[in-house]
Amino acid sequence: MNRILHAYAATALLALILAVPSRMMAALGGNAASVQADQIQLQASLRTVAAEGYTVHELHAATGMVIREFVSPSGVVFGVAFDGPWFPDMHQLLSSHFEQFQQAMAQSSNRGGRRPIEVTLPGLVVRVAGHPRHYAGQAYVPDMLPQGMKAEEIR
Amino acid sequence: MNDVRPSDLRLSDLRLSDLGLSNLRGWYALMVATGLVLVTGCGGGGSKPNVITTSGPNVAAISVNRGPTGNDVNEAFVSVTICVPNTSTCQTIPDVIVDTGSAGLRLTAPLTISLPQQMGSNSHPVAECLPFLSGFSWGPVQTADIKIASETASAVPVQVMSDAAFPVPGACSNMGLQPIDTVAALGANGLLGVGLANQDCGPACAPGTTSNPNLYYECPTTGCVATTEALAQQVANPVATFASDNNGVVIELPAVNGGEATVNGSLVFGIGTQSNNSLGSAKVYTVDEFGNFTTTFKGQTYSSSFLDSGSNGFFFLNSNTSGISDCTDSGFYCPQSPQSLSATNQGANGASGSIKFSIANADSLFSSGNDSAFGDLGGPGLNSFDWGLPFFYGRNVFTVIEGKSTPGGTGPFWAY
Repeated sequence: MNRILHAYAATALLALILAVPSRMMAALGGNAASVQADQIQLQASLRTVAAEGYTVHELHAATGMVIREFVSPSGVVFGVAFDGPWFPDMHQLLSSHFEQFQQAMAQSSNRGGRRPIEVTLPGLVVRVAGHPRHYAGQAYVPDMLPQGMKAEEIR
Repeated sequence: MNDVRPSDLRLSDLRLSDLGLSNLRGWYALMVATGLVLVTGCGGGGSKPNVITTSGPNVAAISVNRGPTGNDVNEAFVSVTICVPNTSTCQTIPDVIVDTGSAGLRLTAPLTISLPQQMGSNSHPVAECLPFLSGFSWGPVQTADIKIASETASAVPVQVMSDAAFPVPGACSNMGLQPIDTVAALGANGLLGVGLANQDCGPACAPGTTSNPNLYYECPTTGCVATTEALAQQVANPVATFASDNNGVVIELPAVNGGEATVNGSLVFGIGTQSNNSLGSAKVYTVDEFGNFTTTFKGQTYSSSFLDSGSNGFFFLNSNTSGISDCTDSGFYCPQSPQSLSATNQGANGASGSIKFSIANADSLFSSGNDSAFGDLGGPGLNSFDWGLPFFYGRNVFTVIEGKSTPGGTGPFWAY
């Protein structure tokens, strides 16, 4: 009986994990729990640092990528920063903002010249600089920055 | 935003006769015949003009022009010949960007010759997804002899972006970047990566890695699957595999004041290997594990800074932190009047030197219409300095490959 219950519980848990929509497995605009989803996805170690007006969850991925997720006191991820040898999975990092980013990239004529990425929309800012073997970037929702916080602090 | 190119220009604006280029080329050829071109004017290099080597078996001509799409700015082009390995079946590809920020040859021009496809450990074709800021390069890895000047890189893995045999994998699209796999998208027929590294990825992608960024794929008919790739199989910096002159490159371009329609210079192979490529008084700046050094600007230190001939401006900070206004309609800086600035670069070896540079209004620079080379073009970046092609105007810049020895020490390092 006990064994059956355990098996049932395990199946239910698996079903729950599989049922989580992919947009939940993400950071920007998500809740603090999404940081843990990122941690699992990235097989990363997690360190949390409290700052004035927000908390920083720092993820160290196996690829050498460091991702810092900035969480407001109400538990919402309002900014992410990354630094590492290669490009991150922006689909995961930007979550529901990914399509906006992708559209902005498609519309820009950035192609042809190699230069930093700068997307500045009313609801989303993304900046990425670097070169193969080192990229760094930031993404944030401007309206969600804590009062007095400068965008440059998202790094 | 992000409009790199003046959009009001057309290819027809670039007729040679309109620009008087035929004559200019004649003069240049005459100067080339003398072996050296002494460039006058004060450029980034300081008060003394840099001397540009134009003859020698290790010298390829660089031209900065509007490129095959007619609207490039600050792109340095060379001509590269690729051959089926060990045969005389070859194709010459002009207008390939010289990029010290990456490693390996990547082609957007359709090939008229058929290169052998590299196969993976499961005997399926190998393809690669490499991220650049301008977009991702996706395409199969094939093998070619690469000939440039009188140098040959034999049987080197290259990426053929123009071969669309394999659909882009999801992990590649998930970076959110656009493809740069056409001449129109790249603004060039290819990218010649002659930077600090021997391979594009290095040990992180090789078997036994614990940090595979999954750039390489093996592609059975059921779809491409991420894999590891041995160092010798990775898309390689062709210079590192030359029989000689293989420790790095020198980019030699004259100073550019304001804007110029075309600029001619040289890509010189080897450092301290010939009479025409000695380090001379150039100072050595070593780099960190990521290929960066430190730039100090207005008292702040930016540790992820780098030189990159493939970037088309000085890209640094943002309008708040630099104090320079953004253009309203492009990703460049548009100060009301040109800004004369100074920064200090410092290598991991502690060597440091100051750099004077200026940022002009990009809209004004582009308004002339015909120009392709701009010494004072800049724009916002992040908390770092990306010293793009304008840095190379008026200053001979040495890029030494990792592990290669020179009279100035072992790479990776830059010297200028």
